[in-house]
Amino acid sequence: MTDTVAIGSRYVLDRTAFPALIGALRSTGYRVVGPTVRDGAIVYGEIHEESDLPIGWTDRQEAGKYRLERRADAALFGYNVGPHSWKKYLFPAHERLWTAVRKDDSFEVHPDPIDPTPLAFLGVRACELAAMGIQDRVFGKAGDTSYPERRSHVLRIAVQCGQAGATCFCVSMGTGPGVRGGYDLSLTEILRPDRHCFVLEVGSEAGAAILRGLPLRPATDGDVGVATEIVAKTASSMGRTMDPKGLRDLLVGNPEHPRWEIVARRCLACTNCTMACPTCFCQTTEEVPDLTGEKVERWRRWDSCFNSAFSAVHGTSVRPSTQSRYRQWLTHKLGTWHDQFGESGCVGCGRCITWCPVGIDITEEVAAIRLPATVTVPAKGVA
Amino acid sequence: MATDVASAHATAVPGGSPWVPHPFRVERRTTETVDTMTLVLAPRKGVRPISFRPGQFNMVYVFGVGEAAISIAGDPAHSETLTHTVRSAGKVSAALAQAAPGSTIGVRGPYGTGWPLDQAVGKDVVLVAGGLGLPPLRPALFEMLRHREKYGRIEVIYGARTPKDLVYYDQLQDWRSRKDLRFQTTVDSAGREWYGDVGLVTARVPDIRIDPAQTVAFLCGPEIMMKFTAQALEARGVTDSSIYVSLERNMKCAIGICGHCQLGPEFVCRDGPVFLYHDVRRYLAVREL
Amino acid sequence: MTDVPLRLEDHRFFHEIGGDLLALLGPMAVERTYAIGEMLVRDGDPADRFVLVFEGKVALEIVLPDRPRVTIQTIGGGEVLGWSWLLPPHPWRLDARAVKRTRTLELPAPDLKAILETRPTDGYRFLLRLLPVVAERLENTRVQLMDIHGY
Repeated sequence: MTDTVAIGSRYVLDRTAFPALIGALRSTGYRVVGPTVRDGAIVYGEIHEESDLPIGWTDRQEAGKYRLERRADAALFGYNVGPHSWKKYLFPAHERLWTAVRKDDSFEVHPDPIDPTPLAFLGVRACELAAMGIQDRVFGKAGDTSYPERRSHVLRIAVQCGQAGATCFCVSMGTGPGVRGGYDLSLTEILRPDRHCFVLEVGSEAGAAILRGLPLRPATDGDVGVATEIVAKTASSMGRTMDPKGLRDLLVGNPEHPRWEIVARRCLACTNCTMACPTCFCQTTEEVPDLTGEKVERWRRWDSCFNSAFSAVHGTSVRPSTQSRYRQWLTHKLGTWHDQFGESGCVGCGRCITWCPVGIDITEEVAAIRLPATVTVPAKGVA
Repeated sequence: MATDVASAHATAVPGGSPWVPHPFRVERRTTETVDTMTLVLAPRKGVRPISFRPGQFNMVYVFGVGEAAISIAGDPAHSETLTHTVRSAGKVSAALAQAAPGSTIGVRGPYGTGWPLDQAVGKDVVLVAGGLGLPPLRPALFEMLRHREKYGRIEVIYGARTPKDLVYYDQLQDWRSRKDLRFQTTVDSAGREWYGDVGLVTARVPDIRIDPAQTVAFLCGPEIMMKFTAQALEARGVTDSSIYVSLERNMKCAIGICGHCQLGPEFVCRDGPVFLYHDVRRYLAVREL
Repeated sequence: MTDVPLRLEDHRFFHEIGGDLLALLGPMAVERTYAIGEMLVRDGDPADRFVLVFEGKVALEIVLPDRPRVTIQTIGGGEVLGWSWLLPPHPWRLDARAVKRTRTLELPAPDLKAILETRPTDGYRFLLRLLPVVAERLENTRVQLMDIHGY
């Protein structure tokens, strides 16, 4: 393989050489994180070697349901997204911001340094790339410093989905299943009776650097054609759709739609959706003093607009009801996010549908809100 | 729709984490009422003073307790010190209200949009404050009186629950005796010692001497007070495109990332707290938004 | 300083009321001046006149047996004291005390009611002006209950 690799160039990596890719990442100094089976789900964790990946596993997802199943084949990426998103690394659920100590009659603040260890995200789906882009813009606009610094240490190896999940609707949201930039390397897994390989596309110089020394051959038009076909097939078998047209005005303009009351009867305000969602960014801060009172830590942690104290001002919650909180979440995600950031906050990954314990489906809710207010559609599962 | 309510995001020490409070020394603490104090703060060594525009706020920090969003209440032309008037309500404000002179308070800021004084130039100006709504308006009043010739008539209406709840009591006498502004104070109820007005701030609106077509109003206080006051002003012919309100919501970050302060599409910490009434009244009209 | 005589037609309440009602009421109007601290009416006394305030400030006070009296509203020039005189059983429900030198025109209730009774159109117009006073006071009271000056 030549030393200079053009961005956009494509190669084929045989399945048997996949461990070499992981090896190349680790020997370059990356800590590799990616999908792994744990506690009955495919979550993101440390990948030391290929066997840490969910080889031969798939997931069956539906509203309020998630099960792992064994595949008939040994695909490395034959599943969709699980309850974790990459935000757990870029915007940790608990993060210490700074430590302060009393000094004379004043105090000194020491911001926490960000771990400079480079991270390789192995197996980023198109919807997740889109979600990261969205969070890049949210944290960037706020002037946050931790998120951009963590982001700068990340190498992204994308995977184009070989199948669509029942709760997936990335096509509706224009975020996938084909990856659209933002990756350092992209992989499409080809698993046929006669071969098992990956079509790689170089997305950046950092991605190209990983490929040096790997046993690759240039991809033929045929190889690229097969990969394209796989993605097209995934695109045509989406589990759900959601028409994003006019969604902002629809939601912002209907704060008193009867549907909000109907969905509120089911919603438990459990915050699963906001934790699973790859773009949700709400957070709160905590002051943690030590026992002596001489030293204090400032932490931030994930928060959710579904929490009752979230909107509390002067001791009273502005949104005391589940109904107003659900309305806030959905109207923000699909509506006012446009006002704030110029785009939708939803990437169509389906996590909120899968992980809602009562199976609330935002695509169904949106469809119901599109109907005139006089037409009430009972929600599925409500007696 | 957008008016020039520009914002400033300068922090006391440029660059670095936006979450870091900077130490300020409590120079003075004055008791305003039984539960409200005014603190005057000066930056500790190595900390730059915070210059601010009227209407902006700081995140004020008590070591070991936490932070609270508090409006800056002092004179913007004298930003070598920072003035904050705090009512003891939650654990942070209670701790602030007890801060002794010589102790250290953390500050980061200033944040938010300020009162658009440029929109008021050449016009009559009405300031209406309810309860602790006076501190955020006070810097605007200082600024306008410093450049008095730029403005037409200045009418101030300040309402509190009882005479004991009035803040800046001594300064009220100064303002009331000035010839270049009219400063009315009213309370909800009073005993015999009070010879002033008793009633709502809105009851003062019919009598203010303004040209409604050339008037700008700045309102600050509980949302319900601002709503009724805006109504009274509109009855006088002042349009909602000339009325500005200062809103309050739960704030943890003040930089538009914690999400708590959202009102519809607006982040009150960053797009506000000062808003053109025309732009936000539709959100204030929705229950539990 | 000599005070300018007060005239019913100069008061906001009767502004442009039209007809000849004021010609009838004018002669029965009594001009009064109250010094600071002087009581205009007392809670419980028969409400025997319709009081129009022209200048000054009057504190309306609630009197409770076990607590210091509380002023719940002040009214000034252009406002009227109340309506107790119109509705049976007629005692004043509040104390009214001048907190500034106050000048009023006062119409004796029995005579005023007699005139309004025999002239239904004027009576109707009169009530149409009194009702907004009552409504505004009611709304102000409701809003005051909402504690809009508190934080």
